[in-house]
Amino acid sequence: METLTTILTGVLVSVATYLILSRSVLRVILGTAVLSHAAHLLIMSMGKGLKNGEVPILRDGASSYVDPLPQALILTSIVISFAVTAILLVLAYRTYRETGTDNLFELRGFKDE
Amino acid sequence: MNNLVVLPMVIPVLAGILFVFFRYQITLQRWISFIVMVGNIGIAAYLLYLNQIEGIQRIDFSGWKPPFGISFVADSFSLILVLITSLVAAICLVYAFSSIGEEREKMYFYSFVNFLVAGVNGSFLTGDLFNLYVCFEIMLLASYVLIALGGEKAQLRESIKYVLINVLSSWFFLVAIAYLYGSVGTLSMAHISERIAEVGQTPLLTVISIVFLTVFALKAGLLLYFWLPGSYSIAPTAVAALFGALLTKVGIYAMFRVFTLFFYHDHSITHTFITVLAALTLIGGSIGAVAYKDIRLIVTYNVVIAVGFILVGLAVATPEALEGSIYYLMHDMIVKALLFLIAGTMIAVTGTTRIDEMSGLIRNYPLLGWMFFIVMLSLAGIPPLSGFIGKVLVGQGAIEAESYILLALAFISSIFVLYSLLRVFLQCFWGETIISSEDEVPMKKGWIIPCAILTIATIVLGLGAEIIFPYVSDAANTLLNPSDYIDAVLTQD
Repeated sequence: METLTTILTGVLVSVATYLILSRSVLRVILGTAVLSHAAHLLIMSMGKGLKNGEVPILRDGASSYVDPLPQALILTSIVISFAVTAILLVLAYRTYRETGTDNLFELRGFKDE
Repeated sequence: MNNLVVLPMVIPVLAGILFVFFRYQITLQRWISFIVMVGNIGIAAYLLYLNQIEGIQRIDFSGWKPPFGISFVADSFSLILVLITSLVAAICLVYAFSSIGEEREKMYFYSFVNFLVAGVNGSFLTGDLFNLYVCFEIMLLASYVLIALGGEKAQLRESIKYVLINVLSSWFFLVAIAYLYGSVGTLSMAHISERIAEVGQTPLLTVISIVFLTVFALKAGLLLYFWLPGSYSIAPTAVAALFGALLTKVGIYAMFRVFTLFFYHDHSITHTFITVLAALTLIGGSIGAVAYKDIRLIVTYNVVIAVGFILVGLAVATPEALEGSIYYLMHDMIVKALLFLIAGTMIAVTGTTRIDEMSGLIRNYPLLGWMFFIVMLSLAGIPPLSGFIGKVLVGQGAIEAESYILLALAFISSIFVLYSLLRVFLQCFWGETIISSEDEVPMKKGWIIPCAILTIATIVLGLGAEIIFPYVSDAANTLLNPSDYIDAVLTQD
């Protein structure tokens, strides 16, 4: 299971890198969203023991359980990345309305400054 | 166990939420924000006093004992920074009252300033690594809004870049935390420190420390400062002053914490990296500071130089150097806020940002001119102003550690600071007066009073060094002896 999540993390990071390196603002934002999912998967695979079918709760008589901390971290991190993505989308929209472009090359700066 | 420790973060958060319901009562928002900041100064000062008597204060949230729960830990280093943060924020707020404009005030400006301060204070006080990440994000989210608030073309353009670079560095932070959790299995900072000391700093941990260094270098503008001049120079004056004084300092704080508490076992690798980065930052910042004619860019490159200078202290890591760095950190927060406010006022009264289009301002605004002069001397490190003691101590530390190249770079950069600001002073304040007394924009009291308070603060910090020194020395002592921090957190009471 760890191997699978690690590979998947790698795939997500490469997809995100490709998207972030493009010129369109929207693609870059999608890239950052995918990137954050890669980080979440990474955190999950870092928890001790990613066992199939186990719950992250230690009950009386439970022989094995999954480390609950990574799941709490991921939950927090998902909320944060949701907020950041939302604010980025709003900013991108406003920038598009004001400057009339979503091309990052054209957003480098204006000559009159 | 001391419930006061959490207040510097909780009060601003509550105030910020409260303002959402009183959107149009601007006077109320102004007063409450100001009272919150002043209250935080009081709380931080009282905790600092308690720290001297009872040792490091902490609070465990909802009774979960460390290392399992999240705790806030207030040692002298954190509290000094919280104190100065509150002071700077209060003064920037006063400046904002008469400069930020009603439109921004109605768009929740004070809410976000409060959230920003909450995030900064939380980052300083937290004793949990993941909580540090969360506080960073609170601070950054507030800063994303503040930098774009107003919606001017240039602001939006720069804010996109600012947000993207910070999202990327936050991602690295998350990855670094994941790796560290995977290798030591805990997130409480004291517990991490203890475990790393037990197993020794293996090469794997050193690699993780470099990931942390990358993250904080991006946040603090240590060599990776390419995003900094653009975004800091575009924000409204009061916001730029807050950013210049606070945001990079949080990155510096995190770097000090991580490299004195976790990764202090293998100086030859980690601290060599920091040395090289600090040296390159000093060179790059110095070139930037003298290269431009836009006063906002000159001022932001001065922020970069200061980051390099403070990190010189961490790189050599002797007691004197750390004391010097902490002292310089305090000094720099106050003086950078002042420098940004004065530069912003100059732009507001002349209507231009280029220094070759300003001239002879000293005849129109003598007080502003002399305050700029004092700031310049203070940044260059002329006694008895506050920059002097920090520079002497860092220099002393660098000589002890025999890193003469770093020493030379640190002091040459001071000359570049002096040159870049002296150029501004000669161009803008001396020379032929171009604004006749009829066209003169009247100087508002709300502009000059915050600047005056900060000028007095830099003089007091310089003259009162003897009184402040025990606290600074205690802060440096805790940084040098991680066991003090660990004992304070992990002992059950």
